[in-house]
Parts: sequence; C-alpha cells; structure tokens
Amino acid sequence: MRYLLRRLLLVPIPLLLVVAFVFVVLRLTGDPVAIYLGLDATPEQEALLRAELHLDEPIPVQFGYFLWDLLQGDFGTSIQFKTAAMDIVFERLQATLVLLSLGLTLAIVLGVLAGIACAVWKDRLPDFAISILAVAGQSMPSFWLGILLIQFFALELGWLPTSGRGGWEHLVLPTVTLATFLVPNFVLVTRISVLETTREQFVTTARARGAGAGRALWLHVLPNAINPVVSLVGLQLGRLMGGAVVTETIFAWPGVGRLMVSAIFQRDVPIVIASVFIVAVTIVVANLLVDLLQAAIDPRIRMR
Amino acid sequence: MRWFGPHLKIAIGVALVAGMAFVALFADWLAPHDPYAQNLMLRLRPPVWADRGSWAYPLGTDNFGRDLLSRLIHGSRLSIAVGMLAMAVALTIGTALGLLAGYLGGRVEQVIMRFADAYQAIPEILLAIVIVAVFGGGITVLILVLGFAGWETYTRVVFNLTRSLRERPFVEAAIASGAGGRYIMARHILPQMVPILTVIATLQVAQLILQETALSFLGLGLPPPTATWGNILAEGRDRLLVAPWIANLAGGAIILLVLGVNLLGNGLRETLDPKRADRS
Repeated sequence: MRYLLRRLLLVPIPLLLVVAFVFVVLRLTGDPVAIYLGLDATPEQEALLRAELHLDEPIPVQFGYFLWDLLQGDFGTSIQFKTAAMDIVFERLQATLVLLSLGLTLAIVLGVLAGIACAVWKDRLPDFAISILAVAGQSMPSFWLGILLIQFFALELGWLPTSGRGGWEHLVLPTVTLATFLVPNFVLVTRISVLETTREQFVTTARARGAGAGRALWLHVLPNAINPVVSLVGLQLGRLMGGAVVTETIFAWPGVGRLMVSAIFQRDVPIVIASVFIVAVTIVVANLLVDLLQAAIDPRIRMR
Repeated sequence: MRWFGPHLKIAIGVALVAGMAFVALFADWLAPHDPYAQNLMLRLRPPVWADRGSWAYPLGTDNFGRDLLSRLIHGSRLSIAVGMLAMAVALTIGTALGLLAGYLGGRVEQVIMRFADAYQAIPEILLAIVIVAVFGGGITVLILVLGFAGWETYTRVVFNLTRSLRERPFVEAAIASGAGGRYIMARHILPQMVPILTVIATLQVAQLILQETALSFLGLGLPPPTATWGNILAEGRDRLLVAPWIANLAGGAIILLVLGVNLLGNGLRETLDPKRADRS
C-alpha cells in the first residue's frame, strides 16, 4: 500500500516536465502569436489571440493559465480541422493503441521465446543464430524494414494491402514492423535473465529434489526471471512510441503519430501540443501499470 | 561457436566503420558526380546491374536525375557527424551530472537523479517533434535534440560508479592529502570510467544514427534536397514501383554502418568489461 502511494506521487513529475518544456519552447521562440497564426494574420486576430493567451500577464501567471487550460483539456482549436484539438487527437489515439498493443504483444511473445531458446542452448547453434539475428535487428532501420515488407508482400506477392486501415490484413505489416523493432532487446534481456536465474541456489535445490530440466525451467526459473522483462516493457515505451510514429507514417495508419508529423508540416501548433500531452499521459500511465504489475509479481519490490 | 568472439566482432566492426569513415572523409574525391546536380534527361536510371544501367551512374539516378552513388557517399558524412556530435553532447551532459550527483551526494544527488528518472519517462520523439515544430529542422537543432534525449544513461552509470569509487582507498588518500573535489573527479574518478563510457558511447552512436535517419525519413531532420540517407529513403519510398533500388540502397547503407558500430560496441563490451558482458 505504501509502495502504491509513493509510486502514485511520482506520476505528475514527468508530465509537469513535459508541460514546462512545451511552454518554454513556445515562449523561447519569441512571439507565440506568430507561431499560432502564421504570416497572413490580421492585427485584429493577433490582438484577440494575445488576450486569449494572456500574453500581457507576467510569465509565471502565463504558465498557470497554460497549465489550467491543459488540465481542462483545452488545447485550442486545430488550424487544419477547425475543431477542438483534443477531440481530433482522441479520435486518432484508438488506432495508435491498437497498433501499439498488437506490436508489443508480438514482440514480447517472440522475444521471450527466442531468449529462452538462447539460454537453454547457450553457446550452441540456436543461441548463436538468434544472437546474430538480434544484433542485425538492432541495426535495422524500422522504416526500411517496413518498406521491404511492402515491396515483397504487397507489391510482389499482392497478399496484403500496402497501407491504410481496414480489416485484419491491414494490421499485419505494421504490427510486424513495429514488433521487429522491439524484439532484439527482449531477446537479449530474457536470455541474460534466464541464464542468471538458472545459477540461483533454489534452482539447484529443485533439481536436487528431483525436478527435471523442463520442470525446473518452467516452474522455478521463468517465474523468477520474468521481472527484468516486465521492467524492459516500461523502459521501451518511449522507443515504442517513436516506432509507432515511423510505422504509422510508412503504412498511412491514421494514428496520433502520423497526426503529429502532419501537424508539424501544417504548422498546426494546437494539434502538436494536444498530441504530445496526451501521448505523454498515456506513456506515464502505462509506466505506472508496468511498475504495479512488477510489484504484484515480485514481493521484494513491495518491501522497498 | 566460440570463434565468433569479441575479436572477430571488433574486426568486422572496425572494417565497416573505417570504410564508412573513409568514404565520409573523402566524399568530395570519391563521389563521381555532384550530389545536387539535377539532370531531368537522366531521371530514374537503374543501377549498373539492371537492364538499362550504365557505369556512368553505377547505382542509378533519382527522380531529379541526381547520381545516387554520389548522394549516398555524401549522406554518410551527415549521418556520422550527427551521430558522433550528438553522442558528445549526451556524454558531456550526462557524465558531468552523474559525477556531481555521485560525488556531492545529498540534495544535489536527489535533484539530479529524480530529474533523470522523470526525464526517462518522456519519449524522446515527443521532444523532437515539439522542437522541430517550433524551430524547424537544421543540423544544430538535430544534434541538440538527439544529444539532449540520450544523456540520462550516462548519468545513471557514472553516478553509480562514482558513488562506489568515492569509498575506495585511493580516493580517500587523495582527499586526505588535500586534493580538491574537482581535481579528484578529473584525475582519479573519471579515468576509471573510460572503458565503460567508451562501450556505452559506441553503442549509443549506433542508436543515434538510426534516430537521425528516422527523423530525416519523417521529414523532421535536415530538409531536402540535403543528401541524407533518411531523405533518400523517403524519396525512394514514393517511387517504390518504378525505382525500388533508391530506397533499398539507402537502407543498405544505413544498416551497414549501424551494424558495424553495433558489432564494434558489443565486441568492446566483451573485451573491456567481461564480467558485465553477460548482462545488460
């Protein structure tokens, strides 16, 4: 319980950092009005926005207003879509979450299985082959992988669509691209964690009491080796989001990542701020869930 | 499988990286054409091994008739330079903060380490997007964005090492003989960390190069027509049906360089830090 409370207290800090960062960057560039309105704005529009953004107040007060607006979900009106920026971002968030959860699940399943295989056959052919593939995977630019998959499965064989959103077949290539980007780290962490846990005394004890190699692996080693893998999920969330931005762009997947990138080209600052903030909240909440899951799996964490 | 040990990894890594560095350094001499010279008569020529290919343009040309080989050669410069400089930014900030937190302890440690924790929870792509949205793309912006995204790894490692080194007899002896904090950090603590920092920095350069190419690919890096591998790949993506070689050759160039750096880093880790090589 104390762990839960202490962990909950840490939630607002990264969010405040993001908000302060966005605020500073917006103010650093001089006149936010120029950024919001672009070059062809009339003086009347400028004056109106200046009052609306409270730019005549001292900086700390301005930050207060900025924070207050964000807390109410008021990110301003999108320049491209002419509606509230938050509504548009929420609409796109669902598509991103579908892609992220599928990609992450596939990466964890593949990565953990391959990592176990490496540990079981340490220094033999499977370990060697999988480790080489993992280093190659770490060196692979995910956008090129996506393009190779499109060339082969969509253009050459015509089995799957090149891009867009629709049935399950639209999900295959983006999910595989995103998962491949994450798998190598899961392989390496699982391999080492399983190898280290195998050396623990309770495993030797279990073996001495007659447990077979398979029983020792599944019942004694894996439950104790899984925690570093769970914490890797937390550490990978940021990379996962970066991968999602790239994957959505390649496959024209209508998620937040693609929205953010196109909003930059349209100079649609309210959309940029709204998506950055909402994605940051999603990541921080996901991080919290990962930490709580870890505490649930491993009582040693709750004791700290 | 013992033969694929650290020495072979380092040898392959060094060969790939040195080859790329050579190409980058002598790009002006090696490139057969001006990477920016357009010739609309020569659009989308295939590479020499394809049917209509010719040795005048060994890897073919792009949509503006620019020589692809020359563009790839010049692109290596930007990728290597941005990767190295961004690493230097992250290394400097991260090491300085880690040393301060580990050596001074107390409130300084609390502030720095909590800040590092919170910072880690923020996806770097978000910071990059905000900065590029407001300042636009450019080489300085790119280096700073990438450098500021990767400092906290160094802080954490340097902090832990400094804290344990502080208790060691040779540091206590230096304190007893009247050496100041700055002298001890520079002369006694920092040199101990050179091997581990070399390993982390090498592996980070690989990640930074991938991130730079990804940002360029998204259009958030250096704006076209600058010859970066990410830009070339993005241009090639729009011509996949007619000219798949553009995207694929750029992708091949990226993976060769990054694989070389990764092999070098992994090999170094296994030789310099054999105890930890099985971990992390």
